[in-house]
Amino acid sequence: MRPKKDYVRPLDIRNGRVDMGHGAGGRSAAQLIEELFLAAFDNPMLRQGDDGAALPMPAGAKLVMATDAHVISPLFFPGGDIGSLSVHGTINDVAMCGAAPLYLAASFILEEGFPLADLQRIVQSMARASRAAGVPVVTGDTKVVEQGKGDGVFISTTALGVVAAGVNIAGANARPGDVLLLSGTLGEHGVAVLSQRESLDFETAIESDSAALHGLVAAMLAASSDGVRVLRDPTRGGLATTLNEIARQSGVGMLLDESAIPVLPQVEAACELLGLDPLYVANEGKLIAICSPDAADAVLAAMRAHPLGAKAARIGVVTQDAHRFVQMETNFGGRRVVDWLSGELLPRIC
Amino acid sequence: MKYIDEFRDGAIARKIAARLRAEARPDRQYSFMEFCGGHTHAISRYGISGLLPDNVRMVHGPGCPVCVLPIGRTDLAIQLALERGAIVCTYGDTMRVPASGGLSLTRAKARGGDIRMVYSSADALEIARREPGREVVFFAIGFETTTPPTALTIRMAAQEGLANFSVLCCHVLTPAAITHILASPEVRRFAAVPIDGFVGPAHVSILIGSAPYEQFAQGYRKPVVIAGFEPLDVMQAVLMLVRQVNEDRHEVENEFTRAVNRHGNAHAQALVSEVFELRSSFEWRGLGEVPQSALRIRPAFARFDAERRFGLAYRAVADNKACECGAILRGVKKPTDCRIFGSVCTPENPVGSCMVSSEGACAAHYSYGRFKDIGITAEATA
Repeated sequence: MRPKKDYVRPLDIRNGRVDMGHGAGGRSAAQLIEELFLAAFDNPMLRQGDDGAALPMPAGAKLVMATDAHVISPLFFPGGDIGSLSVHGTINDVAMCGAAPLYLAASFILEEGFPLADLQRIVQSMARASRAAGVPVVTGDTKVVEQGKGDGVFISTTALGVVAAGVNIAGANARPGDVLLLSGTLGEHGVAVLSQRESLDFETAIESDSAALHGLVAAMLAASSDGVRVLRDPTRGGLATTLNEIARQSGVGMLLDESAIPVLPQVEAACELLGLDPLYVANEGKLIAICSPDAADAVLAAMRAHPLGAKAARIGVVTQDAHRFVQMETNFGGRRVVDWLSGELLPRIC
Repeated sequence: MKYIDEFRDGAIARKIAARLRAEARPDRQYSFMEFCGGHTHAISRYGISGLLPDNVRMVHGPGCPVCVLPIGRTDLAIQLALERGAIVCTYGDTMRVPASGGLSLTRAKARGGDIRMVYSSADALEIARREPGREVVFFAIGFETTTPPTALTIRMAAQEGLANFSVLCCHVLTPAAITHILASPEVRRFAAVPIDGFVGPAHVSILIGSAPYEQFAQGYRKPVVIAGFEPLDVMQAVLMLVRQVNEDRHEVENEFTRAVNRHGNAHAQALVSEVFELRSSFEWRGLGEVPQSALRIRPAFARFDAERRFGLAYRAVADNKACECGAILRGVKKPTDCRIFGSVCTPENPVGSCMVSSEGACAAHYSYGRFKDIGITAEATA
């Protein structure tokens, strides 16, 4: 008897759901990887199908590695989803070290019962973001947890990048007199996500600013490779928390000019309504640069010439302050401390 | 933002500041209490104290709803979530109020309590509709501003015959608290607590009108200026208070005429009195028992009253001994007078309730103003 030709019924992506078998390492798991993940991320390194990816690296390069877990709720939000976010977020972490990102690794923790159609949507969005950024996903892993033990899907990504010679960017590099540059308007990501939370459900046209920032960073470093001292993306905790982190690392204070900080009117209005302060709301496509005073103009001009930095602004200066306070001259003419975010971002009630 | 930016105009603020400097008599001190947390927040966030003359001092009052919530009340909400299996819904700031045994609603949630943050009492009602098999309790706190929505929610629950919804009512009343502060022995005994006048509540006054303040303005000879929550409102109100003090007047004046009239919102008042009645006494954090200062649910709506429904027994719990929240809420002490301010007690780890909400006197000072305590100036060196 001649053996029958191999036939595997394709995944029922339209109606199917993740089941425990998809994480068990058998045929079913292999099929999920082949038909859903590999189909989306397809590239020679991933296609090797080994336990890890063997990667070519530039000789003598200084490597940067960053990892980030993504647990956002809701999974889909205006301007993005957990897939695109998991690519942008980790690329940005590498870019904030002044590195050019080269490769991504991704781990998925899927909850039993999660619709395959949603998973495909997320993975395809992730693949689009990775292709647009020019950073391929070269290795990955999938696990399935029982229903009720996950929140649909969690994605953990790791990125590897290289730093060019002569670039030295670190949170401890800020010096008194340095200039603070911000690449654009604050708060869109946080407000877009909040607007989708079940308990709020307000209608808004505000979209997340989620974007990969390595192109912008490259343009800034081309304008001045040694004048950019600190780069940081103000994600959770917003601008306020990020600046406090840098102030602590560098042992300096900062003085902001509120009138120079760009915020979209619709974000300002949403924050007003919800009792939030845009300085503490998360961003996913903005960066702060601390530059030496003589390089600041050139770096700012390079930022403004890049699509992701068109609204870049000079928002303050680094000060000498043993207490490491971040202070702000208010629009109103007073001065106040801009403190760390405490606890979760909670709205005021009346 | 149109209609809001007009009230945040720095150029006008500087003009009012110049008038204040011209009119405040250099030979005396002015101390004004802003009752509301909303004003405290505006003063801190916009740096208003820096614009006032040195002899005009703002004293932060007890009008921050989570600050005056006594430990025993939060304990009841935690008990409902952890021991009775109820879904407890509440406003955001309430989640972090310190309760007994090192707990708070946030920490009780981490121990498995089903505690959910809502933006409106109507959201709690919606949860009750969606989960008919669970008891859903709305932990209702706040002054007159948040009371009408709670009343409306209870009335809707009654109309719909919802069998699984109730309210743990902790609504409190502003005029009773102000009177209590003025009548408190230390305020009367020591001239050292010189409250020369009050910045009157904004949103509360929209509901109750300006008339309820007239009695104690006359009785205690203290001027009251009702003011909006925008920074220019506060500046203008302070100027009006300085003028009243200079002219030895003690009237109720209304700076917030765009929203407040003498008698308030009659429709909301009727709704509140349909559902609620006065409690003979209620414990306030920092102020202790204050007679006729809070509301409870009327017997006609008893099945929506979580205290009756679950047979809850209130147990008062003393504050941490080192905590000065009480004296701070009465305006007798400043946050920096407290030994644990900024060391043991911080917004990350609040010991006292004034450190919880950004409307609380301690949190506002810690988050926005503490650079002043150190006397540093942070100027660019280059």
